[in-house]
Amino acid sequence: MIESMMSDTGLPEIFLFLLGLTVFIYAALDGYDLGIGMLLPLDNLQQRHEYIDSIGPFWDANETWLVMAVGILLIAFPQAHSMVFQELYIPTAILLLGLIMRGVAFDFRAKAVTGHRRLWDRVFKYGSAMATLTQGYMLGRYVLGFEDGLIPQLFAGLSAICVAAAYGYIGCAWLVMKTEGDTQKRAAATGRRMGWLAAAGILAISLVNPFASSVIADRWFSFPEIILALPMPIMVGVLILAVDQYFKNVPTINDVGSWFPFVGVSTIFLLSFIGLAYSFFPYVIPGVMTAAESASADASLRFILVGVIIVLPIILLYTVYLHKVFWGKSTELKYY
Amino acid sequence: METEILSRIQFAANISFHILFPTISIALVWFLSYFKIRHDISGHPVWMRIYRFWVKIFALTFAVGVVSGITMSFQFGTNWPGFMETVGNIAGPLLGYEVLTAFFLEASFLGVMLFGIGRVANWVHTASTLLVAFGTSMSAFWILSLNSWMHTPQGYEMIDGVAHAVDWWAIIFNPSLPYRLTHMLLASGLTAAFLISGISAYRILRGDNKLGPRIALKTGVTVAAVLIPIQIFVGDMHGLNTLEYQPQKIAAVEAVWHTEQGAPLVLFAWPDEKTQENLYSIEIPKLASLILTHDLNGEIKGLNEFVGDHPPVKPLFFGFRIMVAIGTLMLLVSWVAAWFVWRRDFVPAWALKVLVAMTFSGWIATLAGWYVTEIGRQPWLVTGILKTSDAVTNVPASNVAMSLTMYLIVYAILLFFYLQTIFYMARKSVLVEEFDLEKLQSEERKEEQAAHGEEVKA
Repeated sequence: MIESMMSDTGLPEIFLFLLGLTVFIYAALDGYDLGIGMLLPLDNLQQRHEYIDSIGPFWDANETWLVMAVGILLIAFPQAHSMVFQELYIPTAILLLGLIMRGVAFDFRAKAVTGHRRLWDRVFKYGSAMATLTQGYMLGRYVLGFEDGLIPQLFAGLSAICVAAAYGYIGCAWLVMKTEGDTQKRAAATGRRMGWLAAAGILAISLVNPFASSVIADRWFSFPEIILALPMPIMVGVLILAVDQYFKNVPTINDVGSWFPFVGVSTIFLLSFIGLAYSFFPYVIPGVMTAAESASADASLRFILVGVIIVLPIILLYTVYLHKVFWGKSTELKYY
Repeated sequence: METEILSRIQFAANISFHILFPTISIALVWFLSYFKIRHDISGHPVWMRIYRFWVKIFALTFAVGVVSGITMSFQFGTNWPGFMETVGNIAGPLLGYEVLTAFFLEASFLGVMLFGIGRVANWVHTASTLLVAFGTSMSAFWILSLNSWMHTPQGYEMIDGVAHAVDWWAIIFNPSLPYRLTHMLLASGLTAAFLISGISAYRILRGDNKLGPRIALKTGVTVAAVLIPIQIFVGDMHGLNTLEYQPQKIAAVEAVWHTEQGAPLVLFAWPDEKTQENLYSIEIPKLASLILTHDLNGEIKGLNEFVGDHPPVKPLFFGFRIMVAIGTLMLLVSWVAAWFVWRRDFVPAWALKVLVAMTFSGWIATLAGWYVTEIGRQPWLVTGILKTSDAVTNVPASNVAMSLTMYLIVYAILLFFYLQTIFYMARKSVLVEEFDLEKLQSEERKEEQAAHGEEVKA
């Protein structure tokens, strides 16, 4: 049945894969800096500095993955792009407002009149929270193919909370890797709560999903696929427990393995994404539009694919370089 | 209709606000590269001082540019779905190449550029600055390629009402790209040069006697004085290119209602769309024909040849005159200031005040110019392919009104704080003490050694 929904050239499916990959990288990378923004402690100036210093050199590049994701949707699936953003017109405006607020607050707080710093810190925090919650809401609406009604709205609300918890979770994992002392301990404690909240969210969504969406019900409960897919939720569960154990033992002796929570949570993100992708392939909008139906002309896809094949590895390479340059505990940010 | 006009206002508001910041940052980062390289060659700490001051302003400008640019990438879907549905096969890849070759490059190396000193070798830091500069210019290249294609499309064929690419080379290097790109890059250079001159003059007026602002002023004024005559020449060439491909735009700019030979240059008038004539006009006989056709009796096509298919006259007529007026002012101010800087090694207070007043003159000229060229393409969104009214969304007008109000409020607040912060940073820097040359140099040597040592360890 899936084969009949796919294209002959496979190009739309390649771009669907790239879209998924980009959204995953975005969620993991901007996820941690949005999460950290959302959890910014308003009661402790020193910790606030440390939270923000840990994401300073990265947030800009992280946010570029969003432009890339929207770009791929725009370039490869223009009809889907039009549909998504007309359906989500007001949420999109709110998301952008949040991203604008936090983006500029980050720079203004470091340079503006000293008395305004607290104000900009608040703008940063609430802007991050606004962007996160709207992303979760938009994801929820998207998963149900923009159906209207009370149930889809409630589902989107659940999704908003779940995404917020997940971003907070990965944000804390990042902080454990990047900070020390009390700040690290605080992040680990918050991380545990976020982790359980996210786990409950994932569970709830997994239980609700098959009832809310017939596409998913078909996909999940067909035999023998269910046997092949089963190890994934088990792995997610094991990782959640392992990260929780690590958080509990922070600070470890010599800070050994402080990278583990971040890698662990990223893997949880990856598995969840594979789960979503498995549920919806080859739809670009679940239950509404397949990749093949909404794709641009092959000539255009081929032209841009050449660029992607050449440039994407380079981008990944210098993203890794950037993280290597700023590897280890973050230091106070000084503009030089 | 209401959704259309509101969407147009929203797009204009978004792009106008957005373009302010790239206009500065595209060229400012080349200035920064220059400061950094001068520092690397001479080892004189004053260049680093200047770099450090301006890199902060760059970071702020870049951040506002990024967040307002993200807004742009959503606008196509939210308000202009017909655009991508009709010309997506061409616009998509051009935008895609912008993201791929420019956005990641600038955003990633910006991190190294801002926070990398002490963590990377000095040459890596200089290279990062250059990579960011290259990235911002690449970004300008791709977006102007797309914009130019919308003005002068070629290299495509229409199949079932959808544009398909035939020749990518012809699409990317369409006829108006070379002029538009050069014109915009020079506009950016001038905007940054006047910003640097204006803020440095402000610091000097505030009693900053350090070497830094004086050298920055000299750099800014000199670059402005060199670029402005080139810009006037390129602008003229751009106009001739427009005359060839979009004569109705030129007819509106010059308010030529009826085709005539030996058309006068209208310096000022009140163009009246109803009666199709210019009221209160001050004209120089035959000059428009001379400028545009290089012939005193050359023929200029009037708006009467494009009935129902030409842009509104007033915004083009006045927009163009505002741009030219500011350009002329820039020529005058930068040459006078350059004369003082180079011949007298001293700029009198009145000239400094004029420079402060001109700090953001580049913004006004750039916006005026863009309004001329973009409104000048109406009623088309893509010349001859897609009308603006056919591309607009079905979203209810009330939703657009809501988002538009929100954007306007946010942009007003941001602009206020941006300007306030820049002048605040300038005032704060006045209080910084002048460096002790020998002490600083020895410290810097240590810093470099430390950075080098770290690299060896890694």
